[in-house]
Amino acid sequence: MKVLVHFEHDGGAIKRGSLSALRFARDVAEQTGGAVTGLVLGSDAGDAASDAARYVPVLVADDTALKPAIAGPHARVIADAVTSGGFDVVVGAATSAGKDVLGRVGGLLGGFMASDVVGHEVADGELLFRRPMFAGSAIATVRLCGGPQVVTVRDASYEPSDAAAEPGAITPLAVDTGSLPRDVEVTGTPPSQGGRPDVTEAQVVVSGGRAWKSSEDFETHVGALADLFGGAAGSSRALVDAGITPNELQVGQTGKIVAPQLYLALGISGAVQHLAGMRNSKVIVAINEDRDAPIFQVSNYGIVGDVYEVVPLLIEKLKAADA
Amino acid sequence: MKILVPTKRVPDPDQRVRATADGSGLEDKDLYYVPNPFDLIAVEEALAIREREIEDSEIVTVGVGVTDYEKELRATLAMGADRALLVETAANLDPWNVALALEKVVEREQPDLVLMGKQAIDDDSNQVGQFLAARLGWPQATFIASFALVEGGAAIQRETDTGMESLKIALPAVVTADLRLNEPRYASMPQIMKAQRRPIDRVALEDLGVTVAPRCEIVALEVPSANRTCAFLDSADELLDALRNEEVC
Ligand SMILES: Cc1cc2nc3c(=O)[nH]c(=O)nc-3n(C[C@H](O)[C@H](O)[C@H](O)COP(=O)(O)OP(=O)(O)OC[C@H]3O[C@@H](n4cnc5c(N)ncnc54)[C@H](O)[C@@H]3O)c2cc1C
Ligand SMILES: Nc1ncnc2c1ncn2[C@@H]1O[C@H](COP(=O)(O)O)[C@@H](O)[C@H]1O
Repeated sequence: MKVLVHFEHDGGAIKRGSLSALRFARDVAEQTGGAVTGLVLGSDAGDAASDAARYVPVLVADDTALKPAIAGPHARVIADAVTSGGFDVVVGAATSAGKDVLGRVGGLLGGFMASDVVGHEVADGELLFRRPMFAGSAIATVRLCGGPQVVTVRDASYEPSDAAAEPGAITPLAVDTGSLPRDVEVTGTPPSQGGRPDVTEAQVVVSGGRAWKSSEDFETHVGALADLFGGAAGSSRALVDAGITPNELQVGQTGKIVAPQLYLALGISGAVQHLAGMRNSKVIVAINEDRDAPIFQVSNYGIVGDVYEVVPLLIEKLKAADA
Repeated sequence: MKILVPTKRVPDPDQRVRATADGSGLEDKDLYYVPNPFDLIAVEEALAIREREIEDSEIVTVGVGVTDYEKELRATLAMGADRALLVETAANLDPWNVALALEKVVEREQPDLVLMGKQAIDDDSNQVGQFLAARLGWPQATFIASFALVEGGAAIQRETDTGMESLKIALPAVVTADLRLNEPRYASMPQIMKAQRRPIDRVALEDLGVTVAPRCEIVALEVPSANRTCAFLDSADELLDALRNEEVC
């Protein structure tokens, strides 16, 4: 199968989630005797294209109309690249950005789409995908009844791919600027983030739940512990709903999906919707005053106690160990 | 302004789901259904637009599926929707075929805005809104957190991977609701009673000119257990020792 990888980038470097998509693409190409090509969209996209070319040959659509990234024009360019290049599969990361644009690509290419894929196999020359449903309570095996196929994969389930021995060629892709929709205008972009990594990119994620009474308490406990681990701070939806944490920290079925080496759940009960976002973490630790909280059923280690007492102790011990 | 709100019925998220013994689907005998939570957020926003921005707005909700959808559609009438439409089919639907049905409904109803959930919490596909926008050739704004009508369209804030993005979008458009958009209202008892007597428009999927052609088929379903055995510890010191032994700290 010929597989096209949609590379997300920040203007320079390719995002980690896209390297997980690349892992999927390479596996599929290997299993079916095909080849992988990358696709980079943007304006002044040279740096991103060079970074992508460290992994695979890339097509670059470089046009001022493609920045900032807007689903309408981007989807048009991606769908055209799939059709004109005769690709069987286009894959990208199951990020918010990936779901936005590749969903639209799916709509342009006839709806053969599997989202949030966590595994795949090739059976009788046909791709089968594994994807969670019902907040991860069930795992479905699905087949797509035709193509071209559009796929988003979870980075938590595919190890990021390594660079190739030799860089790939960079081929410009002509963009028919006039044909692109201009019905959406970006009027404000998110402020660039502070020092802490994104929950999906960290090896350690420290998450807080309803136990935390304020943004200050969250920051001085959950945030401080995350910093000591060199990790990310995450949150349950309860805190997002209460306005204590911002939306992009939410872990779960309707938030972000993580699978770090270490996940600490501090004052989180463990609703299925939260578990859906973190249950595949390697080591899970829960601190909760309620011994019967469901979070303990998916945890490797637990402390029954008040987070306002235990977390300051943890912070103190870690600081002492660092000193 | 006319607003179309697609509404799906989904198993109540507070229930445990089980696969059938042969793994072909869900054990659905005892499942209790509710309107998809994100779709209720979309209904709420439509009502808020009517209250806040254009008083003579018309709000039409639409479900695509089996006859029992009535209960969930009535819930949207009780909240305040003007009309509800049921596109009836007994066929198994995937996001593509739902989008085709909705496309036909849009052609009939000619709304200025399609406001829908970002994701159905049963299949967790997160596809129908994007499919529909692509089919219609309309602009899309997914994962929205605020909506206001402005000169020439709508001003929208949407959730991205790194924070909030602001957009100006032309209408008609397809927008999908995220959690922070609003808190859906509860219908009062009298409203619920009144909604029981309201008619629900019905049309067969075939009569809309849609022939179901499957795109995504479930070949097997399993319900895994990811439970672990939790070692309960007594102190911060014990925990840090354990994490060092696991080589994660
Ligand atoms: C459609 C849908 C989608 C959803 N999506 C998500 C999602 O993506 N992510 C998500 O997280 N949730 C999601 N939810 C919400 C989910 O169902 C739960 O409501 C939520 O996860 C609860 O958050 P919590 O554990 O922080 O709060 P609670 O359930 O209130 O739990 C708080 C816990 O903290 C403990 N506690 C309180 N004080 C202390 C203290 N001082 N010390 C120690 N422990 C203490 C309590 O014992 C309790 O176990 C979704 C719900 C629905 C219906
Ligand atoms: N059968 C259906 N009837 C009406 N609306 C639906 C149906 N299926 C999905 N939708 C809408 O599409 C949104 C996204 O669904 P999905 O792509 O399946 O996650 C939902 O929040 C609903 O607004």
